[in-house]
Amino acid sequence: MAISRQKKELFMRMLFTLLGATGIIILTLILLFLVKEGMPIFSEVSVTDFLFGKYWYPTYDPPDFGILPLIAGTFSVTVISSIIAIPLGVMTAVYLAEIATPRIRGIVKPIVELIEGLPTVVIGFFGMVVMAPFLQRIFDMPTGLNLFNASIMLAFMSVPTICSISEDAIYSVPQEMREASLALGATHLETIIRVILPASLSGISTAVILGISRAVGETMVVLMVAGGAAMIPGSLFDPVRPMPATIAAEMAEAPYQSEHYYALFAIGLVLFVFTFAFNMLADYLAHKHKQVGAATL
Amino acid sequence: MKASSIKRRRKKQAAVFWILRGAAIVNGLALFVILFFIVVNGISAINWEFLSEPPRNSMTEGGILPCIVGTFLLSFGSLLVAFPWGVATAIYLSEYAKPGPWVRFIRLGINNLAGVPSVVYGLFGLALFVTAMGMGVSLLAGMLTLGAFILPLIIGTAEEALRSVPQTYREASLGLGATKWQTVYRVVLPAAFPKMLTGMILGLSRVAGETAPIMFTAAVFYTPEMPTSVFSDVMALPYHIYVLATAGTNIEETRHLQYGTALVLMALVFGMNMFSIWYRSRIQKRT
Amino acid sequence: MRRHVFILALVVGLFCSVPAWAGQVVIKGSTTVLPIAQKCAEAFTQETGINVSVSGGGSGNGIKALIDGTTDVADASRFIKQPEVERAISNGHYPVPFGIAYDSIVPVVHPTNSVSNLSSDQLKKIYTGEIENWSEVGGPDRPIVVISRDTSSGTYEVWEEKALDGARVFPGALLQASNGAVAQAVSKNANAIGYVGIGYLNDELKGVSVNGVEGTKATTLSGEFPISRTLFMFTDGWPKGDTKKFINYVMHPKKGQQFVSEVGYVPIF
Repeated sequence: MAISRQKKELFMRMLFTLLGATGIIILTLILLFLVKEGMPIFSEVSVTDFLFGKYWYPTYDPPDFGILPLIAGTFSVTVISSIIAIPLGVMTAVYLAEIATPRIRGIVKPIVELIEGLPTVVIGFFGMVVMAPFLQRIFDMPTGLNLFNASIMLAFMSVPTICSISEDAIYSVPQEMREASLALGATHLETIIRVILPASLSGISTAVILGISRAVGETMVVLMVAGGAAMIPGSLFDPVRPMPATIAAEMAEAPYQSEHYYALFAIGLVLFVFTFAFNMLADYLAHKHKQVGAATL
Repeated sequence: MKASSIKRRRKKQAAVFWILRGAAIVNGLALFVILFFIVVNGISAINWEFLSEPPRNSMTEGGILPCIVGTFLLSFGSLLVAFPWGVATAIYLSEYAKPGPWVRFIRLGINNLAGVPSVVYGLFGLALFVTAMGMGVSLLAGMLTLGAFILPLIIGTAEEALRSVPQTYREASLGLGATKWQTVYRVVLPAAFPKMLTGMILGLSRVAGETAPIMFTAAVFYTPEMPTSVFSDVMALPYHIYVLATAGTNIEETRHLQYGTALVLMALVFGMNMFSIWYRSRIQKRT
Repeated sequence: MRRHVFILALVVGLFCSVPAWAGQVVIKGSTTVLPIAQKCAEAFTQETGINVSVSGGGSGNGIKALIDGTTDVADASRFIKQPEVERAISNGHYPVPFGIAYDSIVPVVHPTNSVSNLSSDQLKKIYTGEIENWSEVGGPDRPIVVISRDTSSGTYEVWEEKALDGARVFPGALLQASNGAVAQAVSKNANAIGYVGIGYLNDELKGVSVNGVEGTKATTLSGEFPISRTLFMFTDGWPKGDTKKFINYVMHPKKGQQFVSEVGYVPIF
């Protein structure tokens, strides 16, 4: 043979190792570009002024590059949507894993999966065109495009993520634990609350963190629904402008390598750091309290 | 335990279980409401002209053919990039890598990629493909950006597919004297391919609905002619909904078209999802 | 397996088989100018067969594309700024302005709002957040919901210059991405106030006169209405080829300028 099988084997192995490092390579590239295009802003504005400045007026003369209102926007929308999504998601997961009959499970689970597949722009469109006027009428708010509306739509989006991962975690609690609890006289509910949930806690935490992470990074929904006011929200019904919405709305007009351009990339960097931290946390939790098999009981 | 205490606890359980059922129902209800509005408002816009003509008269008439074409090209193109690459990475993780800190590091990277916000991918695509590599706002830049975006999903599903191939297959092949690569190429891959295809279709549906990665890299408001090369800009369904609803010139008059476009996009995405669910159950029956 | 490879090859073949067309004019920028650009583009393509691709995104977007060399024509509802000119030139692009229409920016409210006139001082105070309730300007006792444009907008820049005197819009204003979005937001909200180019006035909005002067085509031309401006298309250097044909089309009294009038703006010729 022209090329010995062993040489070919070695080549393949090296090739695949290189390809395998893909994830790291792209991640590093993204970080690199964000830093490269974002760092220059910090020669204009100090890091503290950037992160804690209260005014975002990037195109005025002189400009203000404080992203605190944007961070507040992301923060508030994430908190409110989590308050809605976490109970809803975990409860649905418990229902699917413990209570639903296999037939119902076969109907509800695909429904949840379908929600996950819904394009976010459609959700944003719905929030803008149906929810906003509806909420405005019902609650007599100044505007239906606000924190509350955006949080509801975001919660709708995060629930499938939280639900499916939690459900996997709950499902994989060893049957022996359930049986032991029931044998001791506990009702099904008590078993769920006192045995199953604590056992699957790490899986559920991972699910919750990933769901939150999705809400933090979501762009289209907040762009279309949150209102677009770069202010720190004073009430639930105030309009806000989370970070991804700002980037999406202003990127097209920031001239290449202008201060505004750098500032927007810097916001992207902040976002990246946030979601990275979330993911690291999720990964840590998943590994630390790894659900070990029944053999350890 | 006293009998009355058990009754009380059972009652509490029944009540709580109803609440849990309620939670599940809320999901179904929410989905139904959204579907209802989009279908009811959008169905009137759907006709053959809508699907086969470009927009006319400041977008108030005509159809969305360029958007459908653009979305198809973008999604298939991005999978063209992501599928080989993702499968190769999955092969590495599943067949070649030895468990240890290096592999954990790589997996960490891939999991983190999955969590990066879509708008950051858009920024990345803008900085690297559109500007630094000079592709301009183009189909190619959009395909590459979307390809990077969907890569973690493809890697995940491909790896799962590879893992589901019984170890006995590999052992038999090696036992017959094949090298590792030959085993992978001729035994493991073909066995895992159907499942990988499912993952690819899921990726397709995800990518078709994304707006943020293509906003700065590929999509424009209006370009009625078909793209002539990979360097042309394109229209796309999700971007079309967005611009018609927020940046258009006749937002109210085009409202029914926005619903119609949303309906078409949803039908596309759901169709692909359903197909992959059906296909998945079919291969599961076979094995 | 072979079947799958075949399908893959088919898809790749699809890319390479689309025929190439000659001529393409790329237009980006102002949402105010967008209806004009769009109508002209459609008619122009029909007449000459030359493709035109149109994008919105705001005057800032268009001018930036000109600076980056990614567009042939930049629509702008404001004049190019000095730093932008410098940047363009340092990139090797020389912006040439063409005034293609006149426009006024009219403040609008919901048709049920009783307020019909505002002084420029009142307008300014509303947008800087000093006046927060309609009752302070002669309207009902309702909070004022302030709608404005985001920073890429030329409309916004002119508004800032002529109505606000350079003052900053307060952070609680809801920023919309286009004239169309402002029109939509105001028409759906009884408490809202916004501003749009005259081309966007319709039955669902109520125009408010400023200092007693109503914003119409006549008062725009005469200069009576205080917040008026010229709409521009900028090209990269003196236009040549297809771009030149397009600009000539837009400026033609019987062609492009006719569309300007149809869309609701004031033609130059």
